[in-house]
Amino acid sequence: MKFMMDFEKPVVELETKLEELKKLKTAGDPEVAQQIEFLEGQLEKLRQKIYSKLTSWQRVQVARHPDRPRTLDYIETIFSDFIELHGDRLFKDDPSIVGGFAYFNGNRTVVIGHQKGKNTKENIHRNFGMAHPEGYRKALRLMKLAEKFNLPLICFIDTPGAYPGIGAEERGQAKAIADNLMAMSMLEVPIVAVNIGEGGSGGALALSVANRLLMLENAYYSVITPEGCASILWRDDSKAPEAAEALCLTADKLLDFGIIDEVISEPLGGAHRHPEFVVNELKEALKSSLENLFNLSSENLLENRYQKYRKIGSFLNNA
Amino acid sequence: MPINEWFHKQEKYIKLSPDSKKEMPEGVWIKCEHCGMVCFQKELERNLKVCPKCDFHMSLTAAEKIALLADNGDFDELDVNLTTTDPLGFIAAKSYVEVIREAKERTDFSEAVITGTGKLGGRKICLGVMDFAFVGGSMGSVVGEKIARLVERATKEKTPLVIVCSSGGARMQEGMFSLMQMAKTSAALARLHDACVPYISILTHPTTGGVTASFATLADVILAEKNALIGFAGPRVIEQTIRQKLPRGFQTAEFLLEHGQVDLVVHRKDLKETVVKLLDFLAV
Repeated sequence: MKFMMDFEKPVVELETKLEELKKLKTAGDPEVAQQIEFLEGQLEKLRQKIYSKLTSWQRVQVARHPDRPRTLDYIETIFSDFIELHGDRLFKDDPSIVGGFAYFNGNRTVVIGHQKGKNTKENIHRNFGMAHPEGYRKALRLMKLAEKFNLPLICFIDTPGAYPGIGAEERGQAKAIADNLMAMSMLEVPIVAVNIGEGGSGGALALSVANRLLMLENAYYSVITPEGCASILWRDDSKAPEAAEALCLTADKLLDFGIIDEVISEPLGGAHRHPEFVVNELKEALKSSLENLFNLSSENLLENRYQKYRKIGSFLNNA
Repeated sequence: MPINEWFHKQEKYIKLSPDSKKEMPEGVWIKCEHCGMVCFQKELERNLKVCPKCDFHMSLTAAEKIALLADNGDFDELDVNLTTTDPLGFIAAKSYVEVIREAKERTDFSEAVITGTGKLGGRKICLGVMDFAFVGGSMGSVVGEKIARLVERATKEKTPLVIVCSSGGARMQEGMFSLMQMAKTSAALARLHDACVPYISILTHPTTGGVTASFATLADVILAEKNALIGFAGPRVIEQTIRQKLPRGFQTAEFLLEHGQVDLVVHRKDLKETVVKLLDFLAV
């Protein structure tokens, strides 16, 4: 059974109907062909109507879609000769963060990202993209490798958040995140981070301190999940759609706030509908981001990154 | 197991009660949130708000933290004029504007952190103190900006930095502006460490979320007050996620010490002396 988001039900129903009609033996029949053509027109209108102005909560659902391309999908299609590296050298290998060496556009790079699964079995293995401290420490190890060999760093963000569990707390989840924030701010190589799906709070931020922070059109980035926010501030989980709206977690709003640098467009209905479209867009965006950063000295890279975060904030100075 | 322990009710985990410090009229009795002992307020204040029966360290206000640490309580506050805005126009059950107004009335402070300079054991320090009573000590733009400015001043003047933390994490009502303060404060601290300026962080009850995952744990030496709840995720979130009861004493200062996450667990009466000793050693 195909996964379907509530709000796209009419589209998927019509799509299914159309598929069935096309499979009919009489599909060549002019009358049926005419009907197919008519339905295709209707479908296009319906898609436009439903997908062209998604609410914040609907975008959160698109960002969480099980068929949405993941970090490894982008590494496979945008990069070449990926060599995955494992382990934090301290405790274990955390499969919810992947990373290693790869070529991008002919250049050697280090690439790191949160990794979710495509099905339940994979998701259990990947812990639904929720990293433990060892995941962040593996990422940090790879960042240091990037610096040592003077390779640009590319990070993909796609996590509901850092894992809240007993072992994670015992091994210093907070410290692992904090260490990455501090280390990334001083890493003497270009850093580009792309939020490709879920940007869940500190767990996402731990791979985000970059010279350029990009976001896919339907990705979200938030200080807390809409559900978490709803249960605390509304005392009602079912208010998640309201919370999603209030949190201003969508790419367009974050671009307006100056929190992200660029929005990468997705096809109508989300990246999973035409992954190749997003792959091309993302490739171009990474290419131009890196080209600009290659021109900066390491001193300027650090200053550029420092100022980028230093100026984020909204307050008044009533002197 | 001794037989009397069978009947001993085990506490689940340390309870948070942000309203526990609500102003009470003079001379009122205060109940310890940990053991339930009722103490006379004056008596409790003489005891630095530490329960005489169970040694539970009750939360101090920002002013009390300054009085505890700064020589003669002298303190020059910095960035007094930075005030909170409502960048998202946030409205939940209560509007953000209302939340801030109430917090200001309740605490007499304008934000969840007070920063400034003072002397500690005769040595000039940059001091930041957080107040949990102000929107759960949460970090929004003003908290992040004040901390970043304090860190930058300490770096520039080569003055040792001391921050007393107490926070529920990043402030939801400022959305991503809040989250990014974690990056901002951590980046400022990277430069402080590069300049070899000492930084001592004091974690008090409770310190969780985005503050723990940024400046609170990026110090050269991390001290924790006895029994303080310290962690990344709050106990309730963890219990809901793993669907298990948490072990006794989970996320207390003592638990963190055992797991190598803090350097020392300090009784409040020894706190100032400990910081002075550390700075005597580090800030030569």
